[in-house]
Amino acid sequence: MNLAKEIKQSGKNVALADLDIVNPYFRAKDSEAELKKLGIHLICSEYANTNLDIPALPDELYAITDQTDKYFVLDIGGDDRGAYVLGRIAPKITEERNFDCFAVVNMFRPLSKDAESSVTILNEIEYAGGINFTGVINNSNLGESTTKDDILSSFNYSKEIALKKHIPVAFTTVNKKLKKEFSELEVKEYNLKFMELQDKPFL
Amino acid sequence: MQNKVLMKGNEAIAEAAIIAGCRHYFGYPITPQTEVAAYMAKKMPKIGGTFLQAESEIAAINMVYGVASAGLRVMTSSSSPGISLKSEGLSYLAGADLPAFVVNVQRGGPGLGGIQPSQSDYFQATKGGGHGDYRMIVLAPASVEEMASLTVKGFELADKYRMTSMILADGTMGQMMEPVDLENLKVSKAPEKPWATTGTKMQRKHNIINSLYLKPEELEKGNIERYERYKIVEENEAMYEEYLMDDAEICVVAFGIAARVSKNAINEARSRGIKVGLIRPITLWPFPKAPFDKAKEHIKTFISTELSMGQMIEDVKLATDCKANYVLCNRVGGMIPSPEEVLEQIIKQNGGNK
Repeated sequence: MNLAKEIKQSGKNVALADLDIVNPYFRAKDSEAELKKLGIHLICSEYANTNLDIPALPDELYAITDQTDKYFVLDIGGDDRGAYVLGRIAPKITEERNFDCFAVVNMFRPLSKDAESSVTILNEIEYAGGINFTGVINNSNLGESTTKDDILSSFNYSKEIALKKHIPVAFTTVNKKLKKEFSELEVKEYNLKFMELQDKPFL
Repeated sequence: MQNKVLMKGNEAIAEAAIIAGCRHYFGYPITPQTEVAAYMAKKMPKIGGTFLQAESEIAAINMVYGVASAGLRVMTSSSSPGISLKSEGLSYLAGADLPAFVVNVQRGGPGLGGIQPSQSDYFQATKGGGHGDYRMIVLAPASVEEMASLTVKGFELADKYRMTSMILADGTMGQMMEPVDLENLKVSKAPEKPWATTGTKMQRKHNIINSLYLKPEELEKGNIERYERYKIVEENEAMYEEYLMDDAEICVVAFGIAARVSKNAINEARSRGIKVGLIRPITLWPFPKAPFDKAKEHIKTFISTELSMGQMIEDVKLATDCKANYVLCNRVGGMIPSPEEVLEQIIKQNGGNK
């Protein structure tokens, strides 16, 4: 969502494709109205957010590789199961298009809490999806309760992953609410991007 | 270095079960609890445990029966339609006095229903589901932290009373992510299980695990003894939270996600000067009687907030001798009541906008 918004704000034509077939809860579809208002086209299974629990793909899937005049942000599920979808269009993406493939990592998640376990998951995703990662996005967070110290403690983790995968750390995400706690120097030095938390917590 | 991790409720259950010493998981995927199985599939092989995706829910619950017979901590998890399939096995576990841990991350019903959250398996969990006279200890978490802590508690209670304990969560509890500190979880050692089928080593008589009694007198005796044990559970294990109840005239009763929604509504109502509080049952069986004994003396209206057509409200009436007014504030089919809807009901019961 944040990436798509940023591309749109820079004046480019962009669509967001939610290709997660595994999790039927928390879909980009939740933000369909907001995206529409911003002029960002949403590609999403028509059964997302319904009671039909099947791993369906949107019929617009092929637009991603056919429409070369547009940017596409693809949301792939966070494990190899989710990445199998990417395998369907990976050959065309790698052959014909300029692309970035970001590994969004969070050291506060239980199965990826160190660089080694994260790299194992990234390797599984690459194998299933048929596309190699080109960068790491350090998205380490504890939801609404994330502190500045949590962010500071995550840099070594993301660097280690980047080193092991021979790719750069693209940037580190920080909840917009924490913006005032970082100096301009820190923002620059640590390459921080302030974003809105999309995963709205339940009451 | 802090110890918190960001977990889904389903993941918290799985990790807490491992911490509690569970090394045997049998299940079958169903939304919205699949992450429990997925987590176990990743974790169990690494720690020398067993993850097995059974051919059906019925097979999984009978595998639980097998491991429980051998005296080991064991679990299965599912969502509403899957729990219906397991219900025969739940009755057999009760009939054989086996400790087991079962998770129901509820979705909308009846039938295939939907995949969105629900609390409409309250009757099934607290009043039976399977056949025969039996009870299960039913635990209702209202946060990811509680998904973990009540899982540990569930294993301990199951062992202590040789019963099945069940986590009765819902889709939101399973899917929502919150920080949780698992290092804080305290696990007591499993008790000795001299009844378990662990091999006689030629030093004792055979232990037999069975729920078939050839003589009706024996079956009757077993039932009566079991209910004496249930009475001890009722006296000692009820858990609940009271919120702003001291001077309350209206009491909202809610568990799980409905309690979180209700708390927000209560805070707003209090800021408008309405004397309203909350009783949140944490054990649904045994249903906590103590807070209602107190409440029935000064509460005029009980509002039962539920994601069902009104199931827990019957226990609220029983616990308060039907002495007050009772109102249901509910949404069903995968819908969740909003804080505004609960607030509206509180204001209405307070005599409308003044």
